[in-house]
Amino acid sequence: MNMKNRIAQHIAVLPKSGIRDFFELVNTMGNDVISLGIGEPDFVTPWHIRESAIFAMEKGHTSYTSNLGLLSMRKEVCKYVEKNYKVRYNPVNECIITVGVSEALDLIFRAITTPGDEIIYHEPCYVSYSPEIKMAHGVPVAVVTKEKNKFALDPKDFEKAVTPKTKAILLNFPCNPTGASLTPEDVREIARIAIKHDLIVITDEIYSELTYDAKHVSIASMPGMKQRTIFLHGFSKAYAMTGFRMGYACGPADLIDAMMKIHQYSMLCASILAQEAAIEALRNGRPEMERMKTEYCRRRNMIVKRLNQIGLKCVMPKGAFYVFPNISSSGLSSKEFATRLLQEEKVAVVPGTAFGECGEGYVRCAYATSFEDIEEAMRRIEKFMKKIK
Amino acid sequence: MKKDIIRILRENARLSDKAIAARLGKKEKLVSDTIKSLEKDGTIKGYQAIIDESVLPELAVKAIIQVKVRPEREGGFDKIAKRLCKFPEVSSLSLMSGGYDLGLEVDGKTLQEVATFVSSKLAPIDGIISTETHFLLKKYKVSGKTMENDETFERLKVSP
Repeated sequence: MNMKNRIAQHIAVLPKSGIRDFFELVNTMGNDVISLGIGEPDFVTPWHIRESAIFAMEKGHTSYTSNLGLLSMRKEVCKYVEKNYKVRYNPVNECIITVGVSEALDLIFRAITTPGDEIIYHEPCYVSYSPEIKMAHGVPVAVVTKEKNKFALDPKDFEKAVTPKTKAILLNFPCNPTGASLTPEDVREIARIAIKHDLIVITDEIYSELTYDAKHVSIASMPGMKQRTIFLHGFSKAYAMTGFRMGYACGPADLIDAMMKIHQYSMLCASILAQEAAIEALRNGRPEMERMKTEYCRRRNMIVKRLNQIGLKCVMPKGAFYVFPNISSSGLSSKEFATRLLQEEKVAVVPGTAFGECGEGYVRCAYATSFEDIEEAMRRIEKFMKKIK
Repeated sequence: MKKDIIRILRENARLSDKAIAARLGKKEKLVSDTIKSLEKDGTIKGYQAIIDESVLPELAVKAIIQVKVRPEREGGFDKIAKRLCKFPEVSSLSLMSGGYDLGLEVDGKTLQEVATFVSSKLAPIDGIISTETHFLLKKYKVSGKTMENDETFERLKVSP
C-alpha cells in the first residue's frame, strides 16, 4: 500500500461540509453572538418525553431491540403515519426504526444504488444528500430550485434531469434551507413523472409537522406511489428531540428488507431508550408540538416582514424553521455577507453556498431561537445593511 | 386573539403592546384596546412580578392555613370567604374540596405575627370551626417558574 493513498479515493475527494468552517469561525467570536445558524429547535424535549426515557432506564429496559426496532414502536409509527400522512404500512415488514433520518438516508442510498446509478435531488438542500449518494457510489444529480418558484421543485426541471441511468429522486419538503413546500399539484405531477420513468422516490419529510398555512401532503399518499416510495421521518424537529437520534423509514417490504440488512450489520438497532421516548412522543406529544409550532409561525411572520423591510428580499416559507433571504442587494457574496455580518454585528447566519453552489446570493437564517433574539438580530442586520450601502 | 394575548401576558406581562403586536402580526392599537377591555371586564386583575419573596421582610414568613367553616344558610361559603379576603395578611384564598373548606395563604414578618393573626383575628370569627396552620419552609416553584436557576446548557452555535 502506498501511504499517500490510504484514504479511499471517493472519500478523499469528498468536501467537508461548508457549515463546519463557519462553525469554527463562530466559535472564536465569544458569547454575545446571536446565532441564526442553528438547525435545531430552541425548545428542550418536552418533559413527559424525557421522563419516559428515564422510566425506561429505571425499568431496566437497556437491551438491544429487534433490528427493525421495537414492534410496539413500529405499530405506533404506522398508526401515526396513517393518521397524518394517509398511507397505511404494515408494522411487521414495512417499517424500520433508525438512528435519525440521517441513517435512514444512508441505508436507502446504499440499498438501491449500484455504482453509477444516478439519484436526482434538489438544491439548495441539506448538506449531506450529495455526499451520502457519493458514499454509496451513486452519482448525485442536482436540480436547482428557484426563488421565483418559491424554491419549490418545478416538475419540468425534474423531468429534464431524468436519464436512462436515473434510479431515484430525493425530495425534502418542507425544505432545509429554504422552508419551501410543494403544492398538491406539484406533488401529483412529480408522482406522475416518477411512475412514467419507473423511479424510486425517497421523501425526507422531517419538517412536515412544521407546515404553516396549508396542509402538508405526502407524495407517498398519491395513487400508485406507495410501492415506489420510501417515506422518511423522525422526531428531531417536531418533537425537539435532536439528541435522541430517532428516525424511521416506511416503504415497500423489499426496500425495507434491504435497508434492514445494512442496518443489522452496521448499526444493529437504534437505542432502546430513545425508542421508548419516541413512543411517548407519538402517543402524547401533539399538544406540546402544536404549541411550539404556533411560536415558530409567529417568528416566521416577523422575520420575513423585517427582512423585506430591511431590503433583503425574502420569500414567505411554508414550513420548517428557516428563511432564505436574497442578499444580492448588499453587493456581497454569501460568504462575505455572513463573515462580515458575524465580525461586524455579531449575528451568525449560514452562507447559502453551504447548501449547494446555487445558494450563492442567499443566506439561511433559522428562526429556532427566541423572538427577542430574532428581533435584536434584525436590528443588527438593518444596521449592517445601512453601513455597507 | 384575546386568549393569545392572555397567554403571552401570563408568560411575560412586561412585554410592550408593540412587542405583543409583532408576535401576533396584529396592529399595536388593536392589542392595546384588547388589553384595556380585558382589564375593564376583570379578566386581567393586575400585574405582578414573580419574585424570590425572601428578599422582602414583610413576606419573610408564610403559612398555609386550612380552615373549616360552617356555611351560612344564605350565601354558603362565599360570605365568609369574602370577609376573609378583606384581611391584607391573606395573600390568596380558595374554596377546596376534601378535608377542609378554605385554603388560605398568609404572609407576615415573623412567625409570631402570623400566629397572632390566626389566634386573634381568624379563629374567633363566627362561623369558623377550626384552623390548621402549616408554615411554609421553602418554595421551589411559583407560577410555573422554578425558584432556583437551572443550569443552562448550550446548543452548538451553528448546525446543519
